[in-house]
Amino acid sequence: MSASSTTNGKTLKVRYFDIEENPTEHYLNAETGLKSWLFTVDHKRIGLMYLASIALFFFVGGVLALVLRTELFTPAENLMTAETYNRIFTIHGAVMVFLFIIPSIPAALGNFLLPMMLGAKDVAFPRLNLASFWIYSIGALFTLASLAVNPIDTGWTFYTPYSVQTGSAVILMTLGVFIMGFSSILTGMNFIVTIHKMRAPGMTWGRMPLFLWAMYATSIIQVLATPVLAITLALLIMERTLGIGIFDPALGGDPVLYQHFFWFYSHPAVYIMIVPAFGVISELIATFSRKTIFGYWAIAMSSLAIAFIGSLVWGHHMFVSGQSELSTVVFSFLTFFVGIPTGIKIFNWLATMHKGSIDMKTPMLYACIFLFLFTIGGVTGIMLGAISVNVQLHDTYYVVAHFHYVMMGGTVMAFLGGLHYWWPKMTGKMYNEFWGKISAVIIFIGFNLTFLPQFIMGSQGMPRRYYSYIEQFQTMHQLSTIGSYILGVGFVIIAVYLAHSMFRGQKAPSNPWGARTLDWMTSSPPAHHNFNYQPVLNNGAYDFHKPIADFTLGIAEDDHGHEHKGEPVKQQEQNA
Amino acid sequence: MEYVTNFFLPSAESTYAANVDALFHFINIVSLILLVGITIAIVYFSIKYRRKSQEDTTPLITHNTTLEVTWTVIPLILILIVFGWGFNDYVEMRTPPADSYEVYVESFSFGWNFEHPNGIVESNNLTVPVATPVRLIMRSRDGDVLHSFFVPQFRLKQDLMPNRYTYAWFEAIRPGEFVYFCTEYCGGGHSMMNGIVHVMDQDEFDAWTEDELGRDLDALPLAELGQLLYTREGCQGCHSTDGSSRVGPTFAGLYMAEREFTDGSTRIADEDYLIESIVNPRDLVNVGYPNNMPTFYGETLSERELMGLVEFIKELQ
Repeated sequence: MSASSTTNGKTLKVRYFDIEENPTEHYLNAETGLKSWLFTVDHKRIGLMYLASIALFFFVGGVLALVLRTELFTPAENLMTAETYNRIFTIHGAVMVFLFIIPSIPAALGNFLLPMMLGAKDVAFPRLNLASFWIYSIGALFTLASLAVNPIDTGWTFYTPYSVQTGSAVILMTLGVFIMGFSSILTGMNFIVTIHKMRAPGMTWGRMPLFLWAMYATSIIQVLATPVLAITLALLIMERTLGIGIFDPALGGDPVLYQHFFWFYSHPAVYIMIVPAFGVISELIATFSRKTIFGYWAIAMSSLAIAFIGSLVWGHHMFVSGQSELSTVVFSFLTFFVGIPTGIKIFNWLATMHKGSIDMKTPMLYACIFLFLFTIGGVTGIMLGAISVNVQLHDTYYVVAHFHYVMMGGTVMAFLGGLHYWWPKMTGKMYNEFWGKISAVIIFIGFNLTFLPQFIMGSQGMPRRYYSYIEQFQTMHQLSTIGSYILGVGFVIIAVYLAHSMFRGQKAPSNPWGARTLDWMTSSPPAHHNFNYQPVLNNGAYDFHKPIADFTLGIAEDDHGHEHKGEPVKQQEQNA
Repeated sequence: MEYVTNFFLPSAESTYAANVDALFHFINIVSLILLVGITIAIVYFSIKYRRKSQEDTTPLITHNTTLEVTWTVIPLILILIVFGWGFNDYVEMRTPPADSYEVYVESFSFGWNFEHPNGIVESNNLTVPVATPVRLIMRSRDGDVLHSFFVPQFRLKQDLMPNRYTYAWFEAIRPGEFVYFCTEYCGGGHSMMNGIVHVMDQDEFDAWTEDELGRDLDALPLAELGQLLYTREGCQGCHSTDGSSRVGPTFAGLYMAEREFTDGSTRIADEDYLIESIVNPRDLVNVGYPNNMPTFYGETLSERELMGLVEFIKELQ
C-alpha cells in the first residue's frame, strides 16, 4: 500500500508498514552483558535503569515509612529513640522526594516513552542522557554515604538554623541532592530539545500526545527551578563549612530567606512530581475509553499554566513563618489560581469518559483511583490556601495527609497505572490482570485508611514530625498504622506478579490496548532503534474514530533522508 | 452538627476561632459535593459506557465551549470567595486590640518561658485572664533554632526565630486548660515541647498573680528551687525524672551512679560531676546519648541555682 502525506507544505511519499509481533531481536537482547546496560545510550535502557533505581528507593523509603508508622502505634517508645525517629522520617522524606518521585515518571517512563511517542530513534543528546543517569547515581551514592556516616535529622526541608547546628551529615546529604539536581536539569533540557527538534514528519504540536505536553511543562520547570535549589544548597554548605552568615541568625543570616529560597524550588518541584502524572492519566483515560480526548488544547495548555502559576506561589508554605502579612496575602491569592487549570483537567478527563467505550483494565482502574484521590488532594490544597484556616493546619498531620494524597494518591497511582499500561511495551510480557486489580483495590483501601485519619488528627491539632503524642490522637494513629500495613501488602503483591510476568508472563502483542500514539506502533518490546521505519503522522494522537492501520504510516523510501545515515545494514533489511 | 464539628476540629476557645471554623466547614462542604459528583460520574460512566465489544466505536467530541467556560468560571468564583473569606479573618488574627495584655515568649530547645508585664516568669505554662486580649511578643533564644507556638483550640500558630521578634494574639472566651505544642521541628525534644495555657477568671488570675509575686525564690529550699528550674530552664525536654530515656539521660537514680563516657572513662555522679556536666556538658558525653546539650547554663544560672538543681537530682533516687 502507498499514500502521500503533506506536512509543512512538503509532500512525502509514505506507505503502510506492518508491525512485527513478538520479534526475536529487540532492544533488550540487541546487546548483552552488564556493560551493555551501564554504558548504553539507548533511551529505553536508560529508562529501565532509572525504573530499577527508583523501584529500589521506593522500597527503601516505603520500609522506612512502615517503621515510622510502627513507632507511632503508641505514644511510648516502641522501636527507637526520638533521635532515631527523627533521622528515619528525614530519610523517608528525602529518599521519596529526591530519589524516587522526582525521577519517577519523568526519568523512568519519560525516557522510555518520549522518543517513541515522537517517532524518533532516541533523545536529542543520547550521551548526555546517559550522563544524567550517572550523575543521578553519583548523587544517590552521596546520600547513601551520608546515611552510613551520620544519618541526617533535619527533615527533608533542611531548615536553618537547625541544619547548620546539627551534628548529622548535612553536607554529604545536601551535596547528594545538589548533584542529583544536575541530572534533573540535564534531562529536562534534553527533553525540551528533543520535543522541539525530533518530532516525526507530520507531528505538529497539536498532534503530540498529551504525555509529551506534560513532559514539556515539567522539563521547563526542571530547567528553571532546579538551579535555585542548587544555589540554596551551595549557600547552606558554605555557611556550614566556612561560617558565612546567610541563613543562620547566629552568624547574621536570616532563616526566612532560606525558606524563601528552598520553597522557590521545592514548590515548583511538586509540579515536577505531579504534572507528568497528569500526562500519564490523559493517555490512560483516552485509550481505555477509546475516545478522542475532550479538550486537547485545554489539557495541554493547563499543564503549562500550572507550571507558570506554580512558580509564583512558594510563599504559601510560610504563612506563619514570620514573612510579612502582605506577602502572605499575595501568595494566598495566587495559590488559588493553580486550582483552576487543575480542575479543568479533571473535568476534561471525566468528559472524555462520557460516551466512551470504557475497558476497566488495571491501568484504567488506577486512573480512576487517581481521579478520586487526587481530587481529595486538590480540594484539601484549597483548604490549605485559605490563610486563616492554614494557620490552624500548617505543620500538622493535615499537611502530611494532603501531601500524600497529591503525591502518592496522585503521582504514585498515575505511575502505577502507567507502569502497567506500558509494561507490555517495556518487557514484551503481559502482567496478570486478576492480581493487578486485586492489588489496586488493596492499595486503594490501605491508602485511604492510612491517610484519611491523618486529615482528622491534623485538623484536631496533631503536629507533624512528632515522635510522641498526647493520648487523644492514639486511635487515629493506630488506624493509620494499620492502613499502612495494608498498603504495604498491596505493593508486595505488585512486586510478585510483575516479577513473575517478566519470566513467565504471556507474550504481549504490539498494541494490546488499541492505543493510537506512536509508542504502540512498534513491536513489543521495541526494536533497538524503536521503529523499523520512519513514522509519519497524518492523524492526531487520539483519533480513535480512525482505524489503527492509519497510524502506521512511514516514509516509503527509507534511504533518502539524513535520519538513516550510519545505520546498521540489518536495520534496512528489516524494512524492506 | 456539633458532633461532626467536634470530630474535625478541637473546641473553639478564642474570639476568632469560630470564624476560622466556619470557613473550614464551608470548604469541606463544597469539596464534598464536588468529590461526590466526580465519584458518581466515574462510577456511572464506568458502568454505563463499559466496553461491550472490541468493535465498539465512540463519538468524536473534541470540546464544548459552554461546558468548559462553566467549569472554569464556577471554580473561579468559589476560589475568590474562599480567598476573600480567609483574608478577612486573617486580618483579624493579625490585628491585636490596642489595650492587649502583653506577654513576652521565649522559646529554646526544648522549652518555653513566658514573662508577664509585672515580672512573673512562667515556664512551660502560660497563665492568662479570660476575655482579655493577650498579645504575644515572641522570640527564640539567641543561638537557638526555630520553634513555633501552636494552640489548636485558639486556632493560633506563629513561628519563633532567634534574633527577630514575631507576634500573635488571642482572646480566650472561657476559662480552662488548653494544650499548646511546638510545631516547627527543632530536634530530639520537639515532641516533648508542649505545655498548658491556663485561662482563668479575672479574680482567680489576680489571686494567682499575687501568689506568684509574693514568692521569694531566695527563701525556697534548694531542692524546691531546683524543681522550679527543672521546668523553667527546659531540663525536662531532655531529662526525665521517671527513669525513661529521652534525648539525655534520666535524672532518676542518677546521683552516685557510675557513668560511662564516650571517651571510655567512667565516673561516679557525685555533686562535683553533676555541676560539671551542667556547666560544661560537652566535656564528658554519656555513652548512648548525643552531644548536643546547650553550653550556656554556666553563665545563666547562679551558684545557688546550680546547687538547687543538684539537690533536686539527689532527691530523685
